[in-house]
Amino acid sequence: MANTATLPPAPASAGDERVGRRSPVQKFLGRPEVGALVGAVVLFIFFASVSQTFTQPNALATVLYGSSTIGIMAVGVSLLMIGGEFDLSTGVAVISSALTASLFSWYFSMNAWVGVGLALVVSVGIGFINGWILVKTKLPSFIVTLATFLMLTGLNLALTRLIGGSVSSPSISKLDGFDSAHAVFASSVSIGGVEVKITVFFWIVLVLIASWVLLRTKVGNWIFAVGGDANAARAVGVPVTKTKIGLFMAVGFCGWILGMHNLFAFDAVQSGEGVGNEFLYIIAAVIGGCLLTGGYGSAVGGAIGAFIFGMANKGIVYAQWNPDWFKFFLGLMLLLATIVNLIVKRRAELK
Amino acid sequence: MNAKQIDQQTLLRDETDPLTHTPVHLLSLEKVGKHYGNIIALRDVTMAVDNGRVTCVLGDNGAGKSTLIKIIAGLHQHDEGTLHVMGDVRKFNSPRDALDAGIATVYQDLAVVPLMPIWRNFFLGSELTTGFGPFKSMDVQAMKEITKKELADMGIDLRDVEQPIGQLSGGERQCVAIARAVYFGAKVLILDEPTAALGVKQSGVVLRYILQARDRGLGVIFITHNPHHAFPVGDRFLLLKRGKSIGYYDKKDITLDELTAQMAGGAELAELAHELEQLGGHTQALKEVQAEVADVTETKPESAPRHA
Repeated sequence: MANTATLPPAPASAGDERVGRRSPVQKFLGRPEVGALVGAVVLFIFFASVSQTFTQPNALATVLYGSSTIGIMAVGVSLLMIGGEFDLSTGVAVISSALTASLFSWYFSMNAWVGVGLALVVSVGIGFINGWILVKTKLPSFIVTLATFLMLTGLNLALTRLIGGSVSSPSISKLDGFDSAHAVFASSVSIGGVEVKITVFFWIVLVLIASWVLLRTKVGNWIFAVGGDANAARAVGVPVTKTKIGLFMAVGFCGWILGMHNLFAFDAVQSGEGVGNEFLYIIAAVIGGCLLTGGYGSAVGGAIGAFIFGMANKGIVYAQWNPDWFKFFLGLMLLLATIVNLIVKRRAELK
Repeated sequence: MNAKQIDQQTLLRDETDPLTHTPVHLLSLEKVGKHYGNIIALRDVTMAVDNGRVTCVLGDNGAGKSTLIKIIAGLHQHDEGTLHVMGDVRKFNSPRDALDAGIATVYQDLAVVPLMPIWRNFFLGSELTTGFGPFKSMDVQAMKEITKKELADMGIDLRDVEQPIGQLSGGERQCVAIARAVYFGAKVLILDEPTAALGVKQSGVVLRYILQARDRGLGVIFITHNPHHAFPVGDRFLLLKRGKSIGYYDKKDITLDELTAQMAGGAELAELAHELEQLGGHTQALKEVQAEVADVTETKPESAPRHA
């Protein structure tokens, strides 16, 4: 029955008189990430016109780096939001991951890679616990992850002081394996004389993998389905709980990469950092066209959302304005991009 | 009472397993019951489903129809009685179990995800893949083609399988759900009130698909509260009321009028007529109800004391 080889070619694929011609432009406008793309282009032109340095390769590399530190997380958060859930603990979970690696390897004077490995287990474990509590209690993810957020914030501060005796984790730059870990997580690659941070490549690879998973694998089909209608998905045999827990674990994995970068870019981490960043990741995903209610969105959209961030963040500096304006810009971008998304989507669907 | 009830053994005489030729029901329930805490939702229900037969389950709201299909579909587990699939005693722990046993359900809400394209919905939960290991990906082209072809076979001429399924009409969505179940090799197809939210014409279309599914050799369970929809397509009729079976008939033993009378419940109608009479004023309504009562009692005299 599923023998695809003997299938005749789709008979009516040549065209159907009831389908009005949809030009490629209209088709493109129906994509979830259009609003973000329009916003990104406008913002790029804007900063390019107010600042001469903004379009320099070096400045672009800096913008990309800033974007990547948000974009890496936005990949996981986008998938999670398409899957219909929300994670408020991501910002501090990144720091938890970095602290786990540094405190553990420092306290036992071990190779830094041992800490890195443990941090991966902890990060993915936090994701698993978030997801497991969610599917077991059926509480809204807002509540579950808000609780995790608060607990992790407290744990970060308390354990760092308890073990390291300070608000900042002790330096691990003398440990074995630090240099190789630094090379993996925080080095730069020179492209045509421009130093591009390695996180940019992590980011791009993650976006590619996430897009492929979302659009071309059955797991991607399940992610759309559990976000769109979890009951319907369960009824046709989609493993809803596994998909949701898996998504939280994927977010944990992204948090681990960023946490390791934060740690190895220097040699220590501030235990109070990360609070508030979870909103940046969520906003990037929303600007990128992910519906807050789930079931719709794309990984590329989240990436464009993160790029908008990076541009607004660094562009203000290159335009030599007061960085206090950054948050204002962000709010404005969020509002405009989501409104454009809404309008564009409605018009595209009417056609 | 004119209509005589049938029992499983009589039914079984006409049915044989296509492979072994031993008499066995495709799916059968024996005295199945279910309670939620101290609420008895269903008790003592016996029915059988066979290849190429449509078994209709009729009953008013709260009669236990939904509980019955949830048990067969694996969403709930029964507490009493036994459920046989091809003669084996089974108890489904999840919808997946039931699907694997060849039992597919088309729910009232259709179990489709409105924002997703038709082809993604069609294959949801049973996606075709190519490649192996970590590089396994969906065979998108084949899935789109099969969706288009299967729906065309059911007589649904789709405009574009990329369309979100939420944009289709109720009847079309129903047909997509039925076509999906048929394609995935369902042996038993459960339809939960497929005509409830549809207009007259669309209901007719859906009833035709039920017959098509039957002609393809599926055992169909058709759940409805409308005897006028059930009678033309059904081979057997199970009537439920307040969680209990009040009748199980073969088509040759019952007429549409008898079926309607059983469903309507002569006693309730008589009571309503009496109430209207006391209130006064509702002359038109009263006449209608009285006519209905006369109708019901004429075709089925002893139904009133039975449920009193």
